[in-house]
Amino acid sequence: MSKIVFKRTKGLTDNEFSYCAGCTHGIIHRLVAEVLEELDLIDKSIGISPVGCAVLNYNNFNCDMVQAAHGRAPAVATGIKRVSPNRIVFSYQGDGDLASIGTAEIVHAAHRGENITVIFVNNAIYGMTGGQMAPTTLVGQKTSTSPLGRMVEHSGSPIKMSELLATIPGAAYIERVSVHNPLHIKKAKQAVKKAFEMQIENKGFSLIEFISTCPVNWGMTPIDALKWAEENMVPYYPLGVYKDVTKEAK
Amino acid sequence: MAKLMMKGNEAMALAALKGGCKAFFGYPITPQSELPEYLSRYMKEYGGIFLQAESEIAAINMVYGASAAGVRVMTSSSSPGIALKQEGISYMSGAELPGVIINVMRGGPGLGGIQPSQADYKQVTRGGGNGDYYCLAFAPESLQETVDIIKEAFDLSEIYRNPVMIAVDGLIGQMMEPVDIDKELPKRDIPKNDWATNGTLGQRERRIVNSLYLDPKELEEHNLRLHKKYEKMRETEQRYEIVQGDDAEIMIVAYGTMARICRSAIEILREQGIKVGLLRPITLWPYPVKAFKQLSSSVKGLLTCELSMGQMLDDVKIANEGRLPIAFFGRSGGMIPETEEIVDAVIKMREGLSNE
Repeated sequence: MSKIVFKRTKGLTDNEFSYCAGCTHGIIHRLVAEVLEELDLIDKSIGISPVGCAVLNYNNFNCDMVQAAHGRAPAVATGIKRVSPNRIVFSYQGDGDLASIGTAEIVHAAHRGENITVIFVNNAIYGMTGGQMAPTTLVGQKTSTSPLGRMVEHSGSPIKMSELLATIPGAAYIERVSVHNPLHIKKAKQAVKKAFEMQIENKGFSLIEFISTCPVNWGMTPIDALKWAEENMVPYYPLGVYKDVTKEAK
Repeated sequence: MAKLMMKGNEAMALAALKGGCKAFFGYPITPQSELPEYLSRYMKEYGGIFLQAESEIAAINMVYGASAAGVRVMTSSSSPGIALKQEGISYMSGAELPGVIINVMRGGPGLGGIQPSQADYKQVTRGGGNGDYYCLAFAPESLQETVDIIKEAFDLSEIYRNPVMIAVDGLIGQMMEPVDIDKELPKRDIPKNDWATNGTLGQRERRIVNSLYLDPKELEEHNLRLHKKYEKMRETEQRYEIVQGDDAEIMIVAYGTMARICRSAIEILREQGIKVGLLRPITLWPYPVKAFKQLSSSVKGLLTCELSMGQMLDDVKIANEGRLPIAFFGRSGGMIPETEEIVDAVIKMREGLSNE
């Protein structure tokens, strides 16, 4: 007799992902969608799609979705949440979207303590436009607009958003996770769950930063890209909880 | 109901509340700041949300979000701030989201000045944002007309699922006039909202608010659908007033505060036996081209008067279709002309016409 041991979460539509082979966006989508299902949030959620590789994810998450202008997802999320405080509102943004063009919006959404959840995917590069340098690109990392590698004296150091946002009083929960192996994928899901639970409990702004990969624009195989993320990104972007108001209260 | 003596910016804020506005997002800028100030005090009484955003860009994107959630929403700003909102207005137009945007215009370009101006005519009517889109744009001349139009704007915005702009110069924002805030207006049927993304609650299919169409064929279909809507606006929403046009030799074309100055000039000129009338556009988009087609045969020329160096002038030329000679009078930078300057401009044009 056969039984189902693994199936698609109800948090995702059956629309095919539009991501390149080996890209970790798919894993992150699944984690978010599983949490939406497990916390019974699909029917009351509104997700915000960014501009970037994830722009089409309004086709993937099985809830109401709003596509936002580049970097403005936290402002759009604010507008929705303020007029519908009993709904769950999340944005899904890449590092160009959140850490470059949208820095004002993310910083002020955190400052106001907007009761929203942000899924921040950091792959250290602009993926959709073809691999240009991002604010998160590592020092020495070669991209199509830093052909000799990122130089601090020219472009400054890679921006650490979780550390920056954790200094803001309105931020309730900030954690950086990675999806480079199954252990971390499991931990990442717990983090996403925690972030949505914070929103359910009206604790305020929550953000999970994912260390992600871009095999195509990094010029690596998917396996090598996972290894590169572990060996180069994780040391510069240390994983862990940067802010948790529920712990501080104890 | 008795009239209230109100300052323009505050009257506009109250009109929004009376028009059912349930959310306002804005950023301080002169000369419109009393508008958000008023709403910060009174929005809660009307069961709505007021939030001061970190920038005009954030404010218009909050408007986008609240509108996507199906709520009557407004923002206000002044010229350079409206420039920053243009991206969001383009997105709202593309995603077919309603919303009311008030522009209390000041002089430009750049930081310009803070005195009244009509230098945003093109910004308001041509869209500073990207793409093939238009916003309904109103340019009232008095506080009564302004508050009436604000209340109507919410309905029209939802009927067309399109942003509506209200362009008033800084003078209207700053002056005081008596207004009847509860004046009865025509009731319109608002189509049932079957598009808002406010959570399915398990009772309907999920919805998407979006302006992205990667397939050019699909985008063209979307553009054609929008175009049809704009054509319907052109057909049904042109609004204008003609004053003393029956026997006029010269018709002044002016809107907003400039139209009021021209009214005074017309009185003086009529006393001197000079037959002058006024064609006052109330919608700047769609431009009231119909008004130009029904001008009296007595009209020998058009004098366009603006608080700019001639931005509406292009639309007057388009609407005129080469029929009548056109002259222009404008002041800019926040300078408001004396009535006599308009009188002189009319007399000069009249002399020019009789010499031909």
